[in-house]
Amino acid sequence: MRDALGDVQSVLVLGGRSELALATVQALVARRTRRVVLAVRDVDAAATDVEQLRERGATVDAVEFDALDTRRHGAFVKRVWGEHGDFDLVLVAFGVLGDQERALHDAAHALEVVRANFTGAVSVLVPIAARMREQGHGTIAVLSSIAALRPRRANFVYGSSKAGLDAFANGLADELAGSGVHVMVVRPGFVHTRMTEGMDAAPFSTTPDVVAAQIVAGIAAQRTVVWAPPILRFVAPVLQLLPRAVWRRMPR
Amino acid sequence: MTAAFDERAELLHGWGRTAPTHATVWRPRTSDDVRARMGEFGMRGVVARGLGRSYGDAAQNAGGHVVLGTALDHVLELDLDKGTVTCEAGTSLDVLMRLLIPLGWFPTVIPGTRYVTVGGGIAADIHGKYREGSFADFVDRCTLVTPDGEVRTISAETDPSLFWATAGGMGLTGIVTDATLRLHHIETARITVDTERCVDVDDCMTRMLDGDSAYRYSVAWIDCLARGRHLGRSILERGNHTTVAELPAGSDAPLHYAPSRNIPAPPWAPTQLLNPLSVAAFNELWFRKAPRCERGAIHTIEGFFHPLDAILGWNRMYGARGFVQYQFVVPYGEEAVLRAVLEKLAAARTASFVAVLKRFESSNDGMLSFPMPGWTLAVDVSAARHGLAEMLDELDRMVVDVGGRVYLAKDSRVAPDLFTAMYPRLDEWRAVQASLDPHGRMQSDLARRLGITDRAPRAEPRKRTRRKHA
Ligand SMILES: Cc1cc2nc3c(=O)[nH]c(=O)nc-3n(C[C@H](O)[C@H](O)[C@H](O)COP(=O)(O)OP(=O)(O)OC[C@H]3O[C@@H](n4cnc5c(N)ncnc54)[C@H](O)[C@@H]3O)c2cc1C
Ligand SMILES: NC(=O)c1ccc[n+]([C@@H]2O[C@H](COP(=O)([O-])OP(=O)(O)OC[C@H]3O[C@@H](n4cnc5c(N)ncnc54)[C@H](OP(=O)(O)O)[C@@H]3O)[C@@H](O)[C@H]2O)c1
Repeated sequence: MRDALGDVQSVLVLGGRSELALATVQALVARRTRRVVLAVRDVDAAATDVEQLRERGATVDAVEFDALDTRRHGAFVKRVWGEHGDFDLVLVAFGVLGDQERALHDAAHALEVVRANFTGAVSVLVPIAARMREQGHGTIAVLSSIAALRPRRANFVYGSSKAGLDAFANGLADELAGSGVHVMVVRPGFVHTRMTEGMDAAPFSTTPDVVAAQIVAGIAAQRTVVWAPPILRFVAPVLQLLPRAVWRRMPR
Repeated sequence: MTAAFDERAELLHGWGRTAPTHATVWRPRTSDDVRARMGEFGMRGVVARGLGRSYGDAAQNAGGHVVLGTALDHVLELDLDKGTVTCEAGTSLDVLMRLLIPLGWFPTVIPGTRYVTVGGGIAADIHGKYREGSFADFVDRCTLVTPDGEVRTISAETDPSLFWATAGGMGLTGIVTDATLRLHHIETARITVDTERCVDVDDCMTRMLDGDSAYRYSVAWIDCLARGRHLGRSILERGNHTTVAELPAGSDAPLHYAPSRNIPAPPWAPTQLLNPLSVAAFNELWFRKAPRCERGAIHTIEGFFHPLDAILGWNRMYGARGFVQYQFVVPYGEEAVLRAVLEKLAAARTASFVAVLKRFESSNDGMLSFPMPGWTLAVDVSAARHGLAEMLDELDRMVVDVGGRVYLAKDSRVAPDLFTAMYPRLDEWRAVQASLDPHGRMQSDLARRLGITDRAPRAEPRKRTRRKHA
C-alpha cells in the first residue's frame, strides 16, 4: 500500500528495462518498495537489472511483455495480477523514438512507432485501469514527453504518438478520479538515456535520476502532471506560443 | 443481490487525511445483519470502521468492504449499582459520557477525543491520561462476530487468547457488536487540576515520576520547537475527579455535563498558519499564558480531557496532503531516547503545535496492544514536510532499538520489518488470527501495508475460497 508519506511497496513496470524506469525503481527500492515486476520484451536481457534490484533487498520478477502484441495484453494483465497481487504503482515506460526520416517514406515504420507508443499503451492501460479500479488504490504513472505538447517537425511521428498517449492518460485520470486510483502524466524533456544516445542535447536536458526524483515526489504529492526538469512547466507554454513560422524552423 | 444492502462506494481516509482508498461501505442496522452477512464478503475482505478517528489506514479496506458500525449505537443495559454499561459497539464515548456522567459514572479510560466508538476503543485498546490500564482492561465482555459469522461472547476470563487478540487487534479478528464496560464512580462533573510549568524535558519527567501517584490523570504538553536548554519545556497538567466537598459552596447540579456541540474550524484552512515561525509564536504565547504553578483549579471534564473537540474538523488545517501523528512509547530507563527524539523534532522545526507526553504504568495481555510501562510521546506533523519519511524512519530505529514501539491506531507509515520487531507477540497473535480466519476474510489497508496477517512469506498468490454468490 502507498503510505501517508507517498512511499509505495509494490511496482509493475511496463518497459522494465527503460533507463528512466530503472532509475525510478532504484529510488523506490531505496525506500519502502519490496516487490517489483519488470515487464520486458526480452526476459534474459533483463537479468542484470533484476539482479541489481534484488541486491537492494527487493523481490523482483521479470515477465514477458510486448507493447505491439496487443492481442495478449488482457491475458498478460490477468496473469500478472493473479500471480503478484495488487500494485501500488504501475509505471508505463515503454516507448520508441523511431527514425523520423525513415518514417516519412516507410509507413510501416511510422505505424510501429505509433503502435508501440500509443496503441500499445492504450491496449494495456484499459485492462490495467480496470484492475486498479477493482483494487481501489494505486498510481498509474505514464511516461509521456514534452514532445506531446507541440510535436516538432524533427520528430512529429513520435510526438504525435505521445500526444495521443498524453491525451488518453489525462482522460483516464479524470475517469478514475474518486476511485482511489491516481493517474500521473510524466513529461520529461531531453533526458540522457539510450533513447537519446548520440543526439545533441536539447536545452534543459537532464538525467534519469532527476526524472526519477520528480516521479517519486509526484506520487507522494499525487500530482496529475509532472515535468522533468520542473522548469519545463514554464518553458512549455512559451514554446506553444511561438509563431508557427518560427516553430517550423526549430533545429532537429 | 447487493441491492438489499444499504451500501455505497466511497473514498475513505483516516483522521490524518492521507492515503485515501476506495471501498464499498456498508452500514448495517442491526448486529444480526452483521452476523448474517459476515461470511459472504468477497476476496478483498472486510473490516469494521467506527468514527474514523484512527489517523492512518486502519479503518480502510481498498477494493473490499468496510462495515460502518456507527448505526449500531444503542445502549442496551445500564447497571447503576455495579457501575457497568452494555452498549452496541458503534456507540461513541460522547454519547456514553452524556448519558453516564449525570448519573455519577465515568468511562474509566477516555482518549484525547470523545468522538471514538467503543468498537474502535477495543480494537485499538486505546489509552488516556489514566496510567493504570487501557480500554480493554475495563471491558467485562464483548460480542464478537467472527470472520465466519459465528457470534461469540468473549471475555478475558473465558477466552483469554481470543479476547486479547481482539483487544488491540485493529479490527482483524472480526466485528465487535456490543460490549460491557466497567465504569468509574464520580461525584461531580469536574476535575481538580494542578498545573505546573516545566523548564525542560528532564524537569518534566522528574516531576511526573515524583508526583504522579497523587493524581488519577496526568499529561504534559511539550513545546516541540523549543531547543537547547529549553528542550522539552512543557506544561504539566494533572488532576483528579472533584469531590462534592471540594466544590465551592452553593454549587448546584454537580454532575451537570453538557459540552457544547463543536464549532467548525475556519474554512479558510490556514495552512500558512502552520509554519515554524507562526507555530513558534503560538507556542511561546501558550507557554507564557499557562500559570507557572496553579493548584486546585476546578475544570470541566471537556476542558481537561477534550480541548480539541471544541473545534470540528481541525484536521483539515494541515491542507491537502494531510498529516501524520507520530506516537511511540519507550520503556522506563530509556529517557535518553525520548530526549534524543525531542532534539531531532526540535532541530527539524517540525511545526507541530505541541506534543503530548504521557506515562504508562503497566501493560495488559493484549497481543498487539500499544501500552507498556514507559513514556509515550505523540506529535503531529504535516505530511508535506520535506524529508519527513526519512526522519521518522530514523526515529523508529531509535525507538525499536530500546524495545519501544509505535502506535498502530496512529500509524500511517512505519516500515513493515520494524513493525514486526516492535510487537514481539505478533506471531502469537497471527496464530490466533489465522485459526479464526483461515480464509483471510479480515483485511484492511493497515494490514496489507504492514503484512499484519501474513502467514507465509508474501507474494504467494492469494487463492481464496469463493463463497456461493448469486
Ligand atoms: C484528536 C484525537 C485524539 C486521540 N487521542 C487518543 C488518546 O489519547 N489515546 C488513544 O489511545 N487514542 C487516541 N486517539 C486515537 C483513537 O482513540 C483511536 O484511533 C480509536 O481507535 C478511534 O476509534 P474510532 O471509533 O474512530 O475507530 P476507527 O478509527 O474507525 O477504527 C479504528 C480501528 O478500530 C477498528 N474497529 C472499529 N470499530 C470496530 C468494531 N465494531 N469491531 C471491530 N473493530 C472495530 C477498525 O477496524 C480500525 O482498525 C485519538 C484520536 C484523535 C483524532
Ligand atoms: N529519454 C528521453 O529523452 C525521453 C524524453 C521524454 C520521454 N521519454 C519517454 O520515457 C520512456 C522511457 O524512455 P527511456 O529514456 O528510459 O528510454 P529507453 O531506455 O530506451 O527505454 C525504452 C524502453 O521501452 C521498451 N520498449 C520499446 N518498444 C517496446 C515494445 N514494443 N514492447 C515492450 N517494450 C518496449 C524498450 O525495451 P528494450 O529494452 O527491449 O529495448 C526500452 O526498455 C519512453 O516512453 C520515452 O518515450 C524519454
